[in-house]
Amino acid sequence: MTRESLPLKIVFVGHVDHGKSTLIGRILHDTDSLPEGKIDMVKKACAAEGMEFEFAFVLDALLEEQKQNVTIDTTEIRFKTKRRKYIIIDAPGHKEFLKNMITGASRADAAVLVIAANEGVREQSRRHAYLLSLLGIKQLIVVVNKMDLAEFSQKRFEEIEKEYRKFLGELGLEARVFVPASAKNGDHVASASKKMKWHRGPTVLEALDLLESQKQDVDLPLRFCIQDVYRFDDRRIITGRIEAGKLRVGDELVFSPANKTSKVQSIEQWSGSSENEAVAGDSIGIMLSEQIFVERGYVASHQTDTPIEANRVHADVFWIVREPMRAGHLYDLRLATQEVKCEIVSIDDVMDSSTLEASKDKREQLERNEVGRLTLQTRSPLVIDNHDRIPKLGRFVIVDDGQICGGGTIFGGVYTDRTVAKSKNIFWVEGKITAEARAARTGHRGAVVWFTGLSGAGKSTIAQALERELFARGMQTYVLDGDNIRHGLNSNLGFSPEDRVENIRRVSEVAKLMADSGVVAITAFISPYRMDRRRAREIALEGNAEFVEVFVDAPLEVCEARDPKNLYKKARAGEIREFTGIDAPYEPPEDAEIIVHTNRQTVNESVATILEGLLPRLEPEQVDD
Amino acid sequence: MQRNQRTHLDHLENQSIFIFREAYHAFKNIAMPWSMGKDSNVLIWLARKAFFGRVPFPVLHIDTTYEFPEMLEFREWAKKHHSLNLIVKINTEARERGIGYETHDPVTVTHELKTVALQQVLAEYKWDALITGIRRDEDPTRAKERYFSPRNAQFEWDYKDQPPEFWGQFATSSAKGEHVRVQPLLDWTEVDVWRYIQREEIPIPQMYFARNGKRFRSLGCSPITQPIQSNASTIDEIITELEATKVGERAGRAQDHYERNAMQKLRAKGFL
Repeated sequence: MTRESLPLKIVFVGHVDHGKSTLIGRILHDTDSLPEGKIDMVKKACAAEGMEFEFAFVLDALLEEQKQNVTIDTTEIRFKTKRRKYIIIDAPGHKEFLKNMITGASRADAAVLVIAANEGVREQSRRHAYLLSLLGIKQLIVVVNKMDLAEFSQKRFEEIEKEYRKFLGELGLEARVFVPASAKNGDHVASASKKMKWHRGPTVLEALDLLESQKQDVDLPLRFCIQDVYRFDDRRIITGRIEAGKLRVGDELVFSPANKTSKVQSIEQWSGSSENEAVAGDSIGIMLSEQIFVERGYVASHQTDTPIEANRVHADVFWIVREPMRAGHLYDLRLATQEVKCEIVSIDDVMDSSTLEASKDKREQLERNEVGRLTLQTRSPLVIDNHDRIPKLGRFVIVDDGQICGGGTIFGGVYTDRTVAKSKNIFWVEGKITAEARAARTGHRGAVVWFTGLSGAGKSTIAQALERELFARGMQTYVLDGDNIRHGLNSNLGFSPEDRVENIRRVSEVAKLMADSGVVAITAFISPYRMDRRRAREIALEGNAEFVEVFVDAPLEVCEARDPKNLYKKARAGEIREFTGIDAPYEPPEDAEIIVHTNRQTVNESVATILEGLLPRLEPEQVDD
Repeated sequence: MQRNQRTHLDHLENQSIFIFREAYHAFKNIAMPWSMGKDSNVLIWLARKAFFGRVPFPVLHIDTTYEFPEMLEFREWAKKHHSLNLIVKINTEARERGIGYETHDPVTVTHELKTVALQQVLAEYKWDALITGIRRDEDPTRAKERYFSPRNAQFEWDYKDQPPEFWGQFATSSAKGEHVRVQPLLDWTEVDVWRYIQREEIPIPQMYFARNGKRFRSLGCSPITQPIQSNASTIDEIITELEATKVGERAGRAQDHYERNAMQKLRAKGFL
């Protein structure tokens, strides 16, 4: 089978009436990419109307047909030169320009910007270039079209080139080449023109053929962005896409933001030959040699070149929805697979995208179609790179209510040497005394027994009864609950959603340590969110500890009737907010190891059910000699 | 190193797998319509690649009761072969009302036995996302599609106001009663699909290959799907044939051509 090269995706932009459609029509004609008879049909139609034939009509006719659903091969217009295939993304001239241009141009490898020689650089010539720079499109060809209306004048061409190059320079853009052309007559489109012998550069098609396919960023430092962790069978597969660099089996990876390390044990595949290496652009799944806790949003890199961790970033943000972006409003920021809450700290500048002049007024919000230089604060750490260094980790979208409202690129983040920072961190190491040795002495394995259920379901009561039972059997055990955690270890935490997450995270870590020391750690917290419990499980797994989830189940009415601490009454009266079961959700476990129903079972019956499920899991593993 | 040269197909495959995994993360309750056609089987294959051998959500066949027997045979074979959790849905109510190609026009029948059937099964299972095999090159009305394309509770698709989609970020929210169409094959062409089937040796129904000078290029209900004149009996021959043709893929599908803009009407009503 032939290895087909990638089609190059190009977007055509420029001021209205500067000849984008004509140029596309001419290119399609000169590369023989039009359906048979199309030109004749348009010529006849023009003759019938007494109009001069124009290539723009060819494109119009093509688009019209698409609209009317007459059969044609494709709507992404394709053409081919000797060198390669091209896809023209989206045709010019539709409404909702910014939104559609961003969607289309963000997929493009390169842009062709058209300027009419007679009119010169206009507002949209500048605005479009600005958008290209924001989208990070570096390859740009400028076609100075309609040279026939400027007497094919070298002087006029050079004037425009000089003026526009200066403007592009301010944007950090550089045009590959400026091509003088007349799309109408075909001068310098597919073949050199006798009328512009002074031009020694390439024709439009030659200039296109000189472009490069979008680089997949293989030569940049590794950035492997985690999408998900799958456990469909006994494998724990960490999946994601390599956004930059490459990854090999045996590589030591650093996972940000937690700074945890592990080695790549294998690259997993369902079909096809096994690979030792994956590169930027690949969607992969890997297994790690040491089980560490990672989840969606983590970014793996090599230790020699780690990304930036920050919770405050400077960014250029463009806004595309009617409702303005306001200070004081909480948005979701999505960067690769990360999603964090963010808000505006300050709007430092709002730019006129045509003149590139900053507006003088102090602004409280960013309007639709505006671009602002903002400082954003995120609620949790964000793993980033500067956009000019690793584009895919330096750009994000702002989401409100599930809708993408804008996007931005990051600049000015400061890299710190994580190899230095790392030595100060304490990493998880398995002590010299093995878990097996501890189990041999105590006669049982350590474990995390994680109780979850509504307030009043009976978690603490049953946990303490279970503790007594285990203790009576000579086992090492301890209950972690609100009483001994909230007042000490977690005394600095309140009841905000973030603090609740942190509360559970700390409990998970402490329980893991206790389990590793050989103790059966019983936790008794409402822990209403599946996500938090899943994380607790992952953390325990990371410490090679057994994790047993116990769902202490009782209907809300029953719990509310019991109300041992009068909390439901207070919640109903509005004195306590976000109380689980009243005005905050409880997500029941889907796959708890053990379930007890305290509306039907007594405390002793519940403990018996738990022991039945738990004790077999605590038996020391048989060690083969 | 030659090994690391990624081909056009590799890029398409990687992007599709990425989309599958994003969808699996974003939506709790997913189903994948499966027509047993070539694109559908590529989807199954990509799902198995994305999820390491399994398709971790139900696969849905809207059975119009006008299926080619060969396709049903393939369905039962492939169900076992891929270990699919298959849901078969028939709009029995419409059939009992006497809706059928014998008595009604193809647009009405397709609407009742496909779109309405889909609405019924969606109401029953309350899926929040459907993974479909729609490709941009298939039909002009599909050009403005997105990878993640929201449908409202009436199944309508507002092609004039599509959400922006860039930098690998998608519209992942669906309000109550709404669902999102996830379209991992959007960037693929008909030829890409064939090349991939060839490269990966993906099982497909034999009806795509020429027998007695005819083959099916696109497969739908038996009374309204016509084979094309062709001697292409291998994938290579099919690709050669496709590269020469200027005729549309769905030319043999009667419901598209019954009246002007038929496809648009079907699509706006929620046809896949």
